[in-house]
Formats: sequence, C-alpha cells, structure tokens
Amino acid sequence: MSPVTTSRPRRRLVNLSNFPLFRGTSIAVLVGMYLPLLLVVFYSFNQNRLAQIWTGFSFKWYDFVFHNDDILRALKNSLIVAVVATILSTLLALGAALGMLRMARSGRVFAWGLLGAPLLIPEIVLAVGTLGFFLTIKVPLGHVALILAHTAFCIPFALLPIRARLAGLDAAPFEAATDLGANEWQILRRITLPLLAPGILAGALLAFAISLDDFITSFFIAGPGATTLPVYIFGMIRSNVTPAVNALSTLLLIFSATMLLAVYLLNRIRRSD
Amino acid sequence: MTDAHLDIRQVTKTFPTPEGGVVVALDRVDLAIAEGEFFVMLGPSGCGKTSLLRCIAGLEYPDSGEILLDGSRIDDIPAYARPVNTVFQSYALFPHMSVAQNVAFGLEMERLPKNEIKSRVAAALEQVKLTGLDRRKPTQLSGGQQQRVALARALAKQPKVLLLDEPLSALDLKLRRGMQVELKRLQRETGITFVFVTHDQEEAMTMGDRIAVFNEGKIVQVGSPQEIYRRPVNGFVADFIGETNLIKVTVGSGGFIFPGGGVLARELLAEDCEVPAAGECLLAVRPEDFELVDTDAAVVGEVVDVIFTGGLIRLHVRAGDQEIVAALPSHGAVVPAVGDQTRLRPITKAARTVGS
Repeated sequence: MSPVTTSRPRRRLVNLSNFPLFRGTSIAVLVGMYLPLLLVVFYSFNQNRLAQIWTGFSFKWYDFVFHNDDILRALKNSLIVAVVATILSTLLALGAALGMLRMARSGRVFAWGLLGAPLLIPEIVLAVGTLGFFLTIKVPLGHVALILAHTAFCIPFALLPIRARLAGLDAAPFEAATDLGANEWQILRRITLPLLAPGILAGALLAFAISLDDFITSFFIAGPGATTLPVYIFGMIRSNVTPAVNALSTLLLIFSATMLLAVYLLNRIRRSD
Repeated sequence: MTDAHLDIRQVTKTFPTPEGGVVVALDRVDLAIAEGEFFVMLGPSGCGKTSLLRCIAGLEYPDSGEILLDGSRIDDIPAYARPVNTVFQSYALFPHMSVAQNVAFGLEMERLPKNEIKSRVAAALEQVKLTGLDRRKPTQLSGGQQQRVALARALAKQPKVLLLDEPLSALDLKLRRGMQVELKRLQRETGITFVFVTHDQEEAMTMGDRIAVFNEGKIVQVGSPQEIYRRPVNGFVADFIGETNLIKVTVGSGGFIFPGGGVLARELLAEDCEVPAAGECLLAVRPEDFELVDTDAAVVGEVVDVIFTGGLIRLHVRAGDQEIVAALPSHGAVVPAVGDQTRLRPITKAARTVGS
C-alpha cells in the first residue's frame, strides 16, 4: 500500500498557465533578464579590443584585469568598505531588532518605520544629503566616510531578514530557558543568537551585496583615493568600452554566485545536522 | 497535609484587554499544597489555572498576594532563580539543540561539574525511557518523545515543585492514557510535588491526589477526586466533574416535588447537604444513580431517547419541562422503549442539593 500523504489539492484563483500569452511572456521576461548577463560573459572572451565585435577567443582581458593596479586597488577599496560596513550594519541591525522587542507596540511601529524608511527614499537624495552632511561636519571624503555612509544605508537591509526571523520565533523556548535558570545574558548567547543565526547571516549577505554594488553614494563620497569598483567601472566605460569591463563583470558574477551557493550548502548542512 | 509546602495567599492577577478593559484572571486565590502531593488544577479555559501556574513559575508576576515555598516568599524573585520547573504545553524544546543538550541546559546554568551533568542527563533520560535518543534533534522525534524530553529536562533540575501546563493535551488518547500512568509513577518515584493543570476532568480524577476546581478566576472547591465527585459544592462543580442532572425542584411538606409531579422523600437525600425550608432549589443527581421503580417515583415521564453504550443504557426521560438522563445497567431486566412512560428514583442518599 502506498504511504498516506497529506497533500492537498493546490488552490488557485486563476490558472494563469492556460492563458495564450503565458508562455511567450515568460520566455520574453527570462530572455530580458538573463541575455545581457550571457552577453557579458560571452564578450569577456573576445579577442578584439572593441567590446561588441567578435573576432576570436581569448583570455587576455582576464589577464589585463588581474594585472591592472587601478582595478585591483578599486577592488581592495570595495572589499574593505563592504566587509567593515557589513559587520557594523549587521551588529547595529541586530541590536535594533533585539531592542525593539522590549518596546511598547506603538514605539516599535515608529522605530521600525524610522529604520525602514530609507528603503523607500531615492538613493540620490540620500547621497546628496550624506555628502552635504559630511562636508558640514568636516568628515574628509575617503575610506572612513565611505564606511560610515555604507553602514548607514545597509542597516535597513540587514534588519529585514533579522526581523523576519525574530517575528517567526516562538516565545516558548525563551520562557523555558528562563524557567531552567538562564539569565538574560545566557538566553541571548545560548538561545536567541543561535535561533537568529540564519537571519543574521542573510542580513549580513544582503548588506554585503548592497555595499559592494553601491554606485551613487560611493560616487559622491569616495574622493580621489578611495575609488570603489563600481565607480571605477563607470569611469572605464566612459573613456573606452573594452572587453576588460566584461571580464571584470564576469568575475564579479562568479563571485556572487559562489557566495549564494555557499550559503545554500551551509543551510542544507545545518538542517540535516 | 498539615504544613503547606507551596502556599498561595490572596493572589490576584489582572490582564488588560485590547479594548482597554481589564480581565481578572485570578481573584484573591488561596491555596495550600502539601509536599509530595500530586495536585491538579482543573477548570474550563480562561478560568485562571494557567495564570496561577505561571505566577508560581515566575513567568507572570501577581498584582497582589504572596506565594511561599517552604515558608519563604518566591513571588518577588525572578523565574530563573526559583527552585521550580515547568513542563510546557507546547514542550518548548530548544530546536537547535540535541535531546541531551536540551536536558543538560538547565544543569549547565547551575554550573555543575561536567561529569555530574552527564550522569544526571543520562539518569533523567532513563527515567523517561529515552535512553539512546540523546543525539537526536527535537524535530526528529514524535510528539510523545518530545513530551518526554520536556519532562526529562525539567526533572533533571530536581525541582522542589514540578509545574505541568496541560502537558498531555497534544497527544492522542492512547498515548495520553499511557503518559498519565507514567507521570503518576514518576511522581511516586521522585517524591517531587507535581502541580498539574488540565481542563480534562477525567484526567484530573485519574491523576490527582487532590483537585482544585477553578472557575472565573476563583477556586470553587478543593478536595480529593472522590469528595469532588460525590460532594460537589455547587452546580458548576457538579456539572463540570462528570455528568450530572441539575433538577429544579420545589420543597414541599412531603419532600421534593420534581418537574412532572414526582416526589422524592426528604430521607432519601444525602445527609450532609443543606435543605431550604421552602421554595425552589436545585438537586444534583448523577445519571448512574437512578434506578427504575414501581412506586414512589421521583421522575415520572416519557422516554424520548434510548442509547446503548455497552455496559450502560442511557435513558432520556422528559419530566415536565426538563429532560433527565439516567444510565442503567444494560443487563437489567426490563429496558423501556422510546415512547414508554417510565418511573425513576435516585438511589438512597445519592441526590444532593447544590447552589447554582
């Protein structure tokens, strides 16, 4: 006899796949999303120094990227800023999420609104504001300014998954921990942080990706010595579109795909443990 | 039961409602629980029994009143410092820890030496018959096994009082029966005072040395299961514990006049209950306390339903404006049929007057 399953018929209001344009639209959307990426990867192996004219296969642009001091310096700047801003913003977001637990309902809604609003504010406004602010309080443009600005705009992103995880947690294990003799500090270390870990990891990754990817704010704040990779790439394209840009972009693509895969595998190991 | 082990004095607890009102969960509750007792707090949902349990555990603080353990106040010390432990209704296991880590948690909080923790975890797991499962995660266990982990986790702390908040309500009937027996055994073996909250009166009768019946934030009656079943103080207890006919009767010169005109002689009433001189009152009669009679019937009426339940046959009899249920042995000689006129009387000293 087949094992008893509890599968329920899936409820659909409308079965969209029956509509005549469903297939065509799906294909068009997927092509629109992924073809540009494929083109970037494809042309990164182009021998020709004009990016869009294919003349033959070559690794020379990768070689160029790996031996270009300006690119390496920009990459280093980006990584330093992203790592520091990720750590700072994730810690601050974690503190905010835990702090909000203790607030009265109205205060919590207000605090969450204040911390979440930058997600909806156009970044150009934030960037102009940040630049003006730094000039007013005389923070020199450069690494420190970049880290401060990135930390600030990463907080709402880091907060999103942490809060979602926190909201999904049952109160019972915390009560059980108190009942078993754990004080607040022990509960935080032994129960809260381990249970929040997936949210914290997701928040940190999101913050890292947002920081690494940021252009507008970095463009305003970086100053001459602290050019980040996106700002440098923008400069490369303005002067001369060579396949080097494509090679660099492909490397970034591989980097983020590897990171995603690592997180996915990490989660699977944790779950099966 | 002379010296109170756990002494609850005038405990009041209120909760604000979302509408801005106030709910009184506990209203000046007094209760004395003896050492080594299996004490059951019974009542319908929202009666205050769980609130009192949480006040004892320290998960809630009373608005006023005192809770004493062995003569010293515990209601003002935080939950983590109280020598009492709780088995939660939802088990509340730590999902990121193994069975052994769950059980060890409370002992690690006491900073006990590692080898002592190890031996106490092993002993607790053996007590609840979970030896060999110590490396599993809670998600890899059945509901019954999770229940045992929660029990082992609390017992390993060797608390002075073990609080159990409807611990069996999520288990199916057969598993629940088995756990009831096992909890009784564990309580006897450990000698720990158990305070067990339930809304299931049958479970309360099975397990409790004594039972406190709660209703609307107050304790209505405290006593042994027999006392509560046989001598309920009012209609609520009579109705909540087991099945009871609450019959509105008129006190007359010859006895109690039942709806439908039957009369029950005053001498047939239980001895230790108050009888008003005149007017109306409520009589409580258990269905199994009725017998068929030829003369001097208290209940005279038409049979409207006959239900065979195995050992007993349940008769629903319409007497005047009330329907009365009688449960008669199914091996009795004559079984009335639907539509028959029948005559019933409570057996001697079975009927009691009760307050409403």
